[in-house]
Amino acid sequence: MFGLSSKDTRFLLIVVFLTLATPILLQPFPEGSSLAQFNAGYPDLMQKFAIFGIFAIGFNILFGLTGYLSFGHAAFLGVGSYTVVWMYKLLGYNVLPGLVLAVIVSALFALLIGFISLRRSGIYFSILTLAFAQMSYNLAYSVLTPITNGETGLQVYSNDPQILMGENSPTSPHLFGIVMRESTQFEVGGWLFTLNNGYYFCAVIAILAFYLSLRIFRSPFGMMLRAIKTNQTRMNYTGLNSRPYTLAAFVISGMYAGLAGGLLAAMDPLAGAERMQWTASGEVVLMTILGGAGTLMGPVLGAGFIKYFENIFSKINDGVLHAWFAFLPDGLEDLVVALIHPFVGKGWHLTLGILFMLVVIFLPGGLVEGGQRIARLFRSKKTKTAGPGGRNRDHQPKPAPHVAE
Amino acid sequence: MDAILLQILNGLDKGSAYALIALGLTLIFGTLGVVNFAHGALFMIGAFCAVTMQRILGLSFSQVDPTKTDFLGNPLKVQVPYVESWFGPEVGGAIIDWSVPIAIVMAIPVMIALGFAMERGLIKHFYKRPHADQILVTFGLAIVLQEIVKYFFGANPIQTGAPDMFAGSFDFGVLMGFDPNVIIYPYWRMVYFLFALVIIGGVFAFLQFTTFGMVVRAGMADRETVGLLGIDIDRRFTIMFGLAAAVAGLAGVMYTPILSPNYHMGMDFLVLSFVVVVVGGMGSLPGAVLAGFLLGILQSFASMNEIKSIIPGIDQVIIYLIAIVILLTRPRGLMGRKGVMED
Amino acid sequence: MGILEVKGVNKRFGGLQALGDVNLSVAENTVHAIIGPNGAGKSTLLNCLVGKLIPDTGSVMFDGQSVLGRKPHEINQMGISRVFQTPEIFGDLTVLENVLIPCFAKRDGAFRMHAFETVAHERDIVAKATQMLDDVNMADKKDMHAASLSRGDKRRLEMAMCLVQEPKLLLLDEPTAGMARADTNNTIDLLREIKEKRDITMAIIEHDMHVVFSLADRITVLAQGTPLVEDIPEKIKGHPKVQEAYLGQAHG
Repeated sequence: MFGLSSKDTRFLLIVVFLTLATPILLQPFPEGSSLAQFNAGYPDLMQKFAIFGIFAIGFNILFGLTGYLSFGHAAFLGVGSYTVVWMYKLLGYNVLPGLVLAVIVSALFALLIGFISLRRSGIYFSILTLAFAQMSYNLAYSVLTPITNGETGLQVYSNDPQILMGENSPTSPHLFGIVMRESTQFEVGGWLFTLNNGYYFCAVIAILAFYLSLRIFRSPFGMMLRAIKTNQTRMNYTGLNSRPYTLAAFVISGMYAGLAGGLLAAMDPLAGAERMQWTASGEVVLMTILGGAGTLMGPVLGAGFIKYFENIFSKINDGVLHAWFAFLPDGLEDLVVALIHPFVGKGWHLTLGILFMLVVIFLPGGLVEGGQRIARLFRSKKTKTAGPGGRNRDHQPKPAPHVAE
Repeated sequence: MDAILLQILNGLDKGSAYALIALGLTLIFGTLGVVNFAHGALFMIGAFCAVTMQRILGLSFSQVDPTKTDFLGNPLKVQVPYVESWFGPEVGGAIIDWSVPIAIVMAIPVMIALGFAMERGLIKHFYKRPHADQILVTFGLAIVLQEIVKYFFGANPIQTGAPDMFAGSFDFGVLMGFDPNVIIYPYWRMVYFLFALVIIGGVFAFLQFTTFGMVVRAGMADRETVGLLGIDIDRRFTIMFGLAAAVAGLAGVMYTPILSPNYHMGMDFLVLSFVVVVVGGMGSLPGAVLAGFLLGILQSFASMNEIKSIIPGIDQVIIYLIAIVILLTRPRGLMGRKGVMED
Repeated sequence: MGILEVKGVNKRFGGLQALGDVNLSVAENTVHAIIGPNGAGKSTLLNCLVGKLIPDTGSVMFDGQSVLGRKPHEINQMGISRVFQTPEIFGDLTVLENVLIPCFAKRDGAFRMHAFETVAHERDIVAKATQMLDDVNMADKKDMHAASLSRGDKRRLEMAMCLVQEPKLLLLDEPTAGMARADTNNTIDLLREIKEKRDITMAIIEHDMHVVFSLADRITVLAQGTPLVEDIPEKIKGHPKVQEAYLGQAHG
């Protein structure tokens, strides 16, 4: 189905199901319970899962497949946001024109930066992309203020033209009348679920983005990109020109980033230069590596993981910790809380940094590889009892193991 | 003329910091072949050594001052630093005043120890891994280091003053026959520049005139051959890592009066220092120093109003623009050897 | 008129004359060996043929077209495939994928944006690649990681990757360098088999006399960057100039 093997189709359907059921799956704890703060099923966070998932999926097409480590992808994120907000200002709050234009503009921008940066490889490439992104960021803050509104950030003002705004048009981002910030809430037992329009809009786009990346992974083009990562010399002596392949991967990942940036502005009609800063580029690197570079699902997992950390883990303060460990004797309780304290709440970046290092050192395939290792442990136990040959294999060429799930 | 001179002077202190960080980066890259994204964090930790020293020297106890009373007429308790009570207010006060230079004494062993720990504990395992992995793991380390500092010192910049002696500015203009107050230059920046020259000179002398330095230089040129001679090059390289960390740390200590340290200052400087290394030529020590000063000065020229009015925004992008042009036209940088990561 | 014509090629590196007035003609469907002692300029000559180096003067014509100034991938697209001294393969990919890539390169050219096709659906190409692996007795290893192959298998795979493109000229750069005797003999057998089964032109750069005399139809002896003699193997064997060049090198 959809031009995919049966295994990939199954995989895609699972992803679709998980994405659509996110508002329910991420609310495992009833309202009012002490664990309710770990619920992640609120619109703002779920939107971020989907949007940064898209960002990371795109980044992975460049870094995961070709091995070119860009430290400047946040520039495209910022360009996407600015484009969408400008479309709000000029046309109106319908998100569609802005998003389409965001993808086009970021593609052109990526074509320009990629064309220059890809003349070098390795660390030089990383530094070139970094330099371009920092330039964009600095310019957005200074001379380009007429376009970016500098430090204040770009937003819609009441005297903007908005030529397509009708009498009854919604006054916040919408898609043909479906207002992004509106939600339907329903309660089952003690559980409260929020089905947010914006989230589902992002989710559908994210599924499409994922499907596209799946197709790219399984395509001859994707195979060429992996070949570039492995051995460029052989690539060239096989009659293939690696430059246009890497440039195409760079532009595609730039378009994903632009789309993600556009969606950020589609959820919240603001765009600021800080989105372009190199730390934001670093964040998508973290996401991709943490989840598993070069795997299909890894970047999405990484994005979800980091955004969950950022929003949930950071809320654990001493009060919460004391409540958890209240069962311990007083002295011990204080000790435990004091030990955990640096790693949670405002210190979540520390935990993230440590985790990231551990992944790079011990688990180059990221969380996905970790999961696969655990699964293999179980499976080897099972096959010992069930006998060999229990697994069915597809007839298609087997992708290198880490590209699978 | 006076404006040009002023800009050169203004560029010197920033250029000094770039040069010192880039020098360390190049030492590490040249010897160990590792791209160290945590080097900015070492600069930042050096700066916080100065903060720590200032706090240690400022440790005080409460004492009732019989000569003073508060507004209710009660005897007033005042904070007296220990050093003042030990050495008397005169000497003690001077010690506190000089806390930044004194911090050097503490920073050297701390930074060397940290450098050793980093190299032995982490970097060593990444010699054989791709540069991308080295970038990633040191990037992670940089995050961890800056978060630890943030945990102990908070997120806000902490003011750390230079000794009073250097508080003012020096009027260069008068010296050179210009009008007064045209070219004035803070004393501390001058101190920083001279300090940087001393450190750079020291590192070069160490590499040039000691046996140890000769072996290291030979190792930088051709690691395998030196290894074949039966020389334990790895141990020397570890020491070079410690040295590079110390250089970055000292650069940080002395920079505190110019820029109040905060936990993310390392990252800000790192990005620029990498650009400096690339412009100077990956693996070239003189290149790193030259490019550091050059870019520092160019940056301050670009922020002149006369130039900004011609090309708006040039001050924001000049360094990156130069880096891009250099990388595209002369990938080995200003003084890099042919073939070092060139492709 | 040979398929590969090298005329008056000179190449200097600083003060060193690496190649001096090299003329060479490789006839179609022959195996032409280029031998010579170390430093004779064999590798430099090869690099001039594949576009890695550009000669200072002279011309290199392949199939009636000049190869000078063209990039390696363009030269491959003209019909020259190259086997390296140490096998260059795609280590992270499977053995089958390694052979698929040259198939795509042959069919689609140096670049094609085939991002929405699926490798598995390209049945013709998969069949062709599988057949090729069968031909080199590697069909059972097609799902293995190429990096995990033995050295001999890597060489075999690299050969398969080149052959599947049906090149007009196969360049081999010391294909047995650093190999044990047994591996060398296997490689010779493989090459001989290829020679017999396919109409192929091969140019072998080689140091090992045993390999050369087992395979070559014609031999050019290179010494100090200049061709010394060119003839059939039987004549080369006893040629005094050759002995001088080799023995002089070995004992002088």
